[in-house]
Amino acid sequence: MMELLQNPFMQRALIAAVLVGITAPAIGIYLVQRRQALMGDGIGHVAMTGVGLGFLLSTNPIWMATLVSVVGAVVMELIRWYGKTRGDIALAMLFYGGMAGGVMLINLSDAGSNANLTSFLFGSLSSVSDADVTAIVLLAAFVVLVTVGLRRQLFAISQDEEFARVTGLPVRVLNLLIAVTAAVTVTVAMRVVGLLLVSALMVVPVAAAQQITRSFKVTFVLAVAIGTAVTLSGTVTSYYQDVPPGATIVLMAIGVFVVLTALATPLARRRARALQAAEEAEAACTLRVPEARAGDEVKV
Amino acid sequence: MDPVISLREAQATLGSRPVLRGIDLTVHRGEVVALLGANGSGKSTAVRSVIGQVPLSGGSVELFGKPLKRFKDWGRVGYVPQRTTASSGVPATVREVVASGRLSRSKFRLPSKADRAAVDGAIELVGLADRAKDSVNALSGGQHQRVLIARALAADPELLIMDEPMAGVDIASQEILATTLRAQVERGATVLLVLHELGPLEPLIDRAVVLRDGCCVHDGPPPKAVGQHALPGHDHVHPHSANEPIRTGLLT
Repeated sequence: MMELLQNPFMQRALIAAVLVGITAPAIGIYLVQRRQALMGDGIGHVAMTGVGLGFLLSTNPIWMATLVSVVGAVVMELIRWYGKTRGDIALAMLFYGGMAGGVMLINLSDAGSNANLTSFLFGSLSSVSDADVTAIVLLAAFVVLVTVGLRRQLFAISQDEEFARVTGLPVRVLNLLIAVTAAVTVTVAMRVVGLLLVSALMVVPVAAAQQITRSFKVTFVLAVAIGTAVTLSGTVTSYYQDVPPGATIVLMAIGVFVVLTALATPLARRRARALQAAEEAEAACTLRVPEARAGDEVKV
Repeated sequence: MDPVISLREAQATLGSRPVLRGIDLTVHRGEVVALLGANGSGKSTAVRSVIGQVPLSGGSVELFGKPLKRFKDWGRVGYVPQRTTASSGVPATVREVVASGRLSRSKFRLPSKADRAAVDGAIELVGLADRAKDSVNALSGGQHQRVLIARALAADPELLIMDEPMAGVDIASQEILATTLRAQVERGATVLLVLHELGPLEPLIDRAVVLRDGCCVHDGPPPKAVGQHALPGHDHVHPHSANEPIRTGLLT
């Protein structure tokens, strides 16, 4: 274990992993609440073009990916507002255009190779540089600030958007902020889990946590705990077993989901039974058959 | 009396279909007005245009004497949208959902003691204090509606706008809702509500506006009950005390 911590590239990878484990479920919970669980996946596709541009212009791909995915997320949000007709087609264009553009740009650039492409698609521990760690820390700080600091407001607009508009909250601005934060999270997570599996880490820990929770607050805390646990253990496993980190982390998260679902079934049944008993006691019939009639013989 | 809501010559279209064809609706302070009409008559569109959720293609809306565009004081308005559920994609407790109604007052600052007390008070009003920490997913249909109403009451609104609050609500919850609403009216609140039928709220209603096909066809005292509602024995007595047997008018 000590050997692992002394290894500089593992130190960087572990820092990145913890931050991914915290940020992905923290923004993911609002996406799940709004039933937009797959939005992260779409942003991941769009971010590919940013990575490609980064290579082509020889700048750090993380900042370029952040820029392009933020633009992509804002466009998606605008399509949701205005494009009531065939919004799904517009989104599909954006996703696949982003992916194809990224693959093309990476191949055109000098630094581009299939190995490089694979490391961005599926994550790679050895590729996390010092500059990446700085970027990841800054971006993660932004995500935590938004998702924790504005939790009441983001909860309200994700719970019932129309109602939130009538409370006078700036719902459009907050919706854009969720989109931008999701985009930033994608680039935070890109190095460790890869762009194709980013969305899993936004959704699966939340889905796992809500199997056994009753409140939003506990779901949030538990999802972040699960996210951190699987990214850390997945990263360590990936180091010792030489397996890809993204796939290891996501499979572990799904494992947690399965275990919690199995645990939740008897728990939910017990709760339902207690509730039913309470309601039956309350709902005992208060209508009485008039006595005169009750005494009559029933003639068939 | 100054009007709290004034809708003048309101016109709205959904797609290319005209839904409101020039409706006038004025609600004065302290009034309880029911908006009645068949499905598709424009009731929901009318109330949603009052709070700016449906853009008008003609006419004007004023809230508390201010044109809707310049109205910013949303803490004075409590809105109960037409919903069958208070839950979303992630579990949330009754208290968490109701607390979001207080944001019209607290906006971006941290909730104060008064904010928390208002949220607890609203939950108490709809009789869900013992369920405050339960997930809304575990509630019945009528209890969902009570959560939505508590959420609107959390801001201590002067004006309550409710879209079909009685839809799919069991008798016990209907009684609680009627009692809650009466307490609000006694407090001086102004109420505009969309209803399918007057039902147990009938004694509270000052005025009924009936819409048909996007036009106003009646504005005045609530229409007399007809059919089975007019049968002797079909009386609405409010509130029922806890141990009084439910009166259906059939056996009692």
